[in-house]
Amino acid sequence: MLEHAPAPAAPSPAAEEIRDVVRPFMGLEGPLLPMLHAIQEVWGHVPQAAVPVLADLLNLGRAEVHGVISFYHDFRDHPAGKRVLKICRAEACQAVGGTGVAQAVLDRLGVDWHGTTPDGAVTVEPVYCLGLCACGPAAMLDGRVIGRIDADRIAAELGVSA
Amino acid sequence: MKIWVPMDSAAKALGADDVARAIAREAAVRGLDVQIIRNGTRGMIWLEPLVEVDAGEGRIGYGAVTPADVPALLDGRLNSLGPVDMLDWMRRQTRLTFARCGVIDPLDLDDYQAHGGLAGLRRAIAMSQAEIVKEVFDSGLRGRGGAGFPTGIKWRTVSDAVADQKYIVCNADEGDSGTFADRMIMEGDPFTLIEGMAIAGLGVGATRGYVYLRSEYPDAIRVMEAAVVIARQRGMLGPDVLGSGRAFDMQIRTGAGAYVCGEETSLLNSLEGKRGTVRAKPPLPALEGFMGKPTVVNNVISLATVPVIFEKGAQHYADFGLGRSRGTVTLQIAGNVRHGGLFETAFGMTLGEVVNDIGGGTLSGHPVKAVQVGGPLGAYMPVSKFDTPMGYEEFDQKGGLIGHAGLVVFDDTADMLQMARFAMEFCAVESCGKCTPCRIGAVRGVETIDRIANGDPGAAALLTDLCETMKDGSLCALGGFTPYPVMSALTQFPDDFATHKEAAE
Ligand SMILES: Cc1cc2nc3c(=O)[nH]c(=O)nc-3n(C[C@H](O)[C@H](O)[C@H](O)COP(=O)(O)O)c2cc1C
Ligand code: SF4
Ligand code: FES
Repeated sequence: MLEHAPAPAAPSPAAEEIRDVVRPFMGLEGPLLPMLHAIQEVWGHVPQAAVPVLADLLNLGRAEVHGVISFYHDFRDHPAGKRVLKICRAEACQAVGGTGVAQAVLDRLGVDWHGTTPDGAVTVEPVYCLGLCACGPAAMLDGRVIGRIDADRIAAELGVSA
Repeated sequence: MKIWVPMDSAAKALGADDVARAIAREAAVRGLDVQIIRNGTRGMIWLEPLVEVDAGEGRIGYGAVTPADVPALLDGRLNSLGPVDMLDWMRRQTRLTFARCGVIDPLDLDDYQAHGGLAGLRRAIAMSQAEIVKEVFDSGLRGRGGAGFPTGIKWRTVSDAVADQKYIVCNADEGDSGTFADRMIMEGDPFTLIEGMAIAGLGVGATRGYVYLRSEYPDAIRVMEAAVVIARQRGMLGPDVLGSGRAFDMQIRTGAGAYVCGEETSLLNSLEGKRGTVRAKPPLPALEGFMGKPTVVNNVISLATVPVIFEKGAQHYADFGLGRSRGTVTLQIAGNVRHGGLFETAFGMTLGEVVNDIGGGTLSGHPVKAVQVGGPLGAYMPVSKFDTPMGYEEFDQKGGLIGHAGLVVFDDTADMLQMARFAMEFCAVESCGKCTPCRIGAVRGVETIDRIANGDPGAAALLTDLCETMKDGSLCALGGFTPYPVMSALTQFPDDFATHKEAAE
């Protein structure tokens, strides 16, 4: 299956590195989500090695920490492609042809939802509304919003030939 | 010369950053003394990037501007829209909550104060807790997050509760398709939300607040975080709010991409660092909320409306509206529509006026087929219900709901069977998994709709039964209200379900 590109071999961070990243959040009320976001910010995903570290720091069971990570769509257990393209699948974008545009983009890249191109350049994810519902179909490329998209526009943004 | 170029994400999505850069570059080349202000949006998204220029005669609008237009813009040769405040879209609104949005520099606290900001908080500081709560009650404000619960009653419950710590939690999860009012105000006038939360803190005796802001809104997160820092530096937040001797401070927290975390108890679990499953009520969050303490959970627009209520008085706010829906509704007009954007007006305008008159009909020019009001859990309203006035009870009587007041317009190419299928699919993807009718029912729902599409004659009745089960057996509105879009599609647009059947025969 081409869309499951071999994940770039990510060296597993050491417990001490993980502790350094999350330590600033220890004083917060309900620190786990901010910690997970911080970890993902650094490593591009939440490495398995983070689970025992967080469990230990927060006095939680490993299963509990794992349960939290797996509940949320945002947290990945493996690295994404170099760029992350989120395409809105929700109703307001559908009303202006979003479904067709999304399919065309997926076809061009040769991936399915959540898939990464074989060269590891792009991961495409569905998103349910970006608050750009009056200028859809909408997408977000590495955190940058794009309105009234079509497949050509996305191809140009990604620098892939049509 | 002052030039405003919005930094609202809808404007950015349409190229506002490129336009702002082009203006700065061209002005530098020409040696012009130009001050570029990155404002919020005025809400006319079809005109974004909407640039405003004040060369001494007030703010003249230009839109939609491209970088290529910039030389002509600076020459004064570009066709203008005229004074922005005089545009029909602006003049027809009653902008109370959004009075400053698009007008001021979102992160300039002095500009904020020059436009009425902090007047409400100053007035609240001089009032007792009971008086603050009564003011909100008297305004008639109801929660804008979806359920329409009277905000004053919620605040009174928290105010009366005895505890060593209470919290104000702002629900900025805004997951509903077709809605962007929360995002717009956070990006365009963040201090009004902070001021509203501070007033809530004083009103119920809470010293800590959180904004739970969805991760899909990185721009709003940046603006809110910057605004909180400024508010703290300027003494609007902190141990001594505006010299009142009372404390209130707050933090911005980022969600993690779960729609269900917009449900208030799921949100509280998430904020505590747990899985975002829904909690059974009682206990009410007002009594046992964040960390088990009394907590006000309110939507962004509910809280951002509080400052103007205190600035102008509860009666002023309550004088607008229809029936038990008091004040203004911040309509978000979206989807296949010519004039999409934010339109704030007193409750009472009919759905048809909003879609055809304000929204200008469909973008495609085709006839309107349906309008989904209130997000993914809201009903599809057919054109035959266009006489329904925008009001909580009025919509309820017509089998619909106002929710967060987002309207998604569909033209005659929409396939309502597919929309019903999507509603079920969305529920299956986003279910928190706690109740079987929601978790399993939504998956069955998708299958059943596929059977209808394949011409199974008994499947429609099965879908109806399934929707009944979901309605009755779900703990929260995700499972409980998904039947709204599904059943409204099935009953109002039977042809879309029948053609598939005939095609298969
Ligand atoms: C599945 C689900 C999603 C919800 N999403 C939101 C949301 O994104 N924002 C919001 O303010 N309320 C949302 N609500 C409603 C909240 O549970 C709650 O009623 C609201 O935050 C209360 O604030 P209000 O009284 O100011 O409206 C949602 C409810 C459900 C059942
Ligand atoms: S209805 Fe669905 S989302 Fe709501 S509590 Fe039950 S399982 Fe969770
Ligand atoms: S529905 Fe696509 S951005 Fe809101």
